[in-house]
Amino acid sequence: MGVYYIFQRELRSYFQSFIAYVLIATFLVLAGFFFYTDLSMHVLWSFQKVSFNVWGDYFYDLARYGLMIIIPLLTMRLFAEEKKLGTIELLWTYPLRDWELLAGKYLAALFFLVLMLVLTLVYPTITYFLYDIDIAPLFAGYLGLFLLGSSFIVCGLLISSLTENQIVAAIGTFGLLLMFWFLTWNEAVANEKAINILLNVSLFDRLLTFTKGAIDLKDIIFFFNFHGFFIFLTLLSLTTRKWRGIK
Amino acid sequence: MIQVENLTKYYGPIRGIEDITFTIDKGEVVGLLGPNGSGKTTTMRILTCFFPPTRGRALVNGYDVTKKPLEVQRHTGYFPEKAPLYPDMSVTEYLGFAARVKRVHGKKRKEQIDKAMDTCGIVEIADRLIGKLSKGFRQRVCLAQSLLNEPDILILDEPTIGLDPRQVVEVRKLIKSLSRERTVILCTHILPEVSETCDRVIIIHKGKLIALDTPKNLQEKIQKFTQTLFQYYGGNGGLGNELMGLRGVIKVEKKEPTFSGVQALVVQSEKDEVTLRAISTFITQHGGPIMEMKKISLTLEEVFLELVTEEEL
Repeated sequence: MGVYYIFQRELRSYFQSFIAYVLIATFLVLAGFFFYTDLSMHVLWSFQKVSFNVWGDYFYDLARYGLMIIIPLLTMRLFAEEKKLGTIELLWTYPLRDWELLAGKYLAALFFLVLMLVLTLVYPTITYFLYDIDIAPLFAGYLGLFLLGSSFIVCGLLISSLTENQIVAAIGTFGLLLMFWFLTWNEAVANEKAINILLNVSLFDRLLTFTKGAIDLKDIIFFFNFHGFFIFLTLLSLTTRKWRGIK
Repeated sequence: MIQVENLTKYYGPIRGIEDITFTIDKGEVVGLLGPNGSGKTTTMRILTCFFPPTRGRALVNGYDVTKKPLEVQRHTGYFPEKAPLYPDMSVTEYLGFAARVKRVHGKKRKEQIDKAMDTCGIVEIADRLIGKLSKGFRQRVCLAQSLLNEPDILILDEPTIGLDPRQVVEVRKLIKSLSRERTVILCTHILPEVSETCDRVIIIHKGKLIALDTPKNLQEKIQKFTQTLFQYYGGNGGLGNELMGLRGVIKVEKKEPTFSGVQALVVQSEKDEVTLRAISTFITQHGGPIMEMKKISLTLEEVFLELVTEEEL
């Protein structure tokens, strides 16, 4: 139950402070832009026919230019703000476990992510009514975006739990996500072995299979582990209060 | 009821508190007094299960803070020093959230919220945004928050700091009225606040408990007794026991002298002139000429002085 109360408060806070509207609006504008440009490009290249691959580019653009910018701004306040205000001190004296606090905040951000993704469904819907397209691969793509976005959220939660400055939290999260994106770029100088290892932890490369319309259990397990790792670190960071002085 | 035994908390190598032991009975109002940084907040945070102690044991309402934190937290109300609140919520929204997290359910929740708002005098600002409230009102909202779960134990950390004198009087009155049904720990560095509201006082200094008594007794102790260092020439070291025979002398301790050929004694005695004169005459006659006589303050007195001078009212 504690999870639900925290979840509820976080959502209320998002929508009362206008963060929600600004972020959703920005995300939708970006999504609209990518949809339009990706579609036009593909139509141009494939001589008036919508090729399947348009969705691959669309999803990829949404992930790296949409979610990667929006999610750090979404998660920055989750712990940092409470630390700054000191309200977290009160929560820690309420009959509430750390994992309940974390789960409530995670679910609130997740709800937000789902809301944003659902709103972008308008583009595939329009296309569906105009052209004859295959819907099934879209599911895979959206599932990929969802898993990737939720992984961004757990990164953001960890960084936010480490600082009481929201700007530091946002930039730190953004930096971490950038790193996960650039990780496998430097094939030229890294040897094959290193690249293979990096491929295993790269978040963005995991999205590729999904955007092609395929769902690989391996990828799902990867995201699952990724979640576990970051949630574990966040819980650990929350328990540091037990031996560290905070003032 | 609160039982604390040898409570110790270290932040890495830094000592928060060490070996603090006390018992507070049901219905008592106890002041936790000490200069800033003395370990008051550390003690409270352990009692509210914010963090566990490094060593020692604390029982709140019969529950161990390390083993049954949720039980302890269910029966405790806490007012943290800065009265932290969410500025983007209205008073009722916030109290609703706090009550839910504190597991106050159903019909009882509405009742408790109304009761707490009534007690703290914030009914007329129920729908206002917390961010727009004055400091005094925010303090009260935070106090209301601590009452929602009908706590048996109320822990208040500097509840009157930053208020104007009129509000201070009101909040103290409020605390007094709250204390009728519950055990209250009032943490403060303002001495008169304690003598006004508390049955007993715990004084913490540099992380250690240095006194536990009623405010009246403590004040008397401070006013009545003093500690003096005597250094005198003479090889007679057995003066201590004889000094104890004098009227008004409580304790005599031998100390390492700071000069050669000199004896040093620290004498705890009553403060009046007659006693002090009797002691010095006795030493000159039976020991030797006095080369130094110096007042040494008791730790308790030092702390008290510090506390008294910090009162702003």
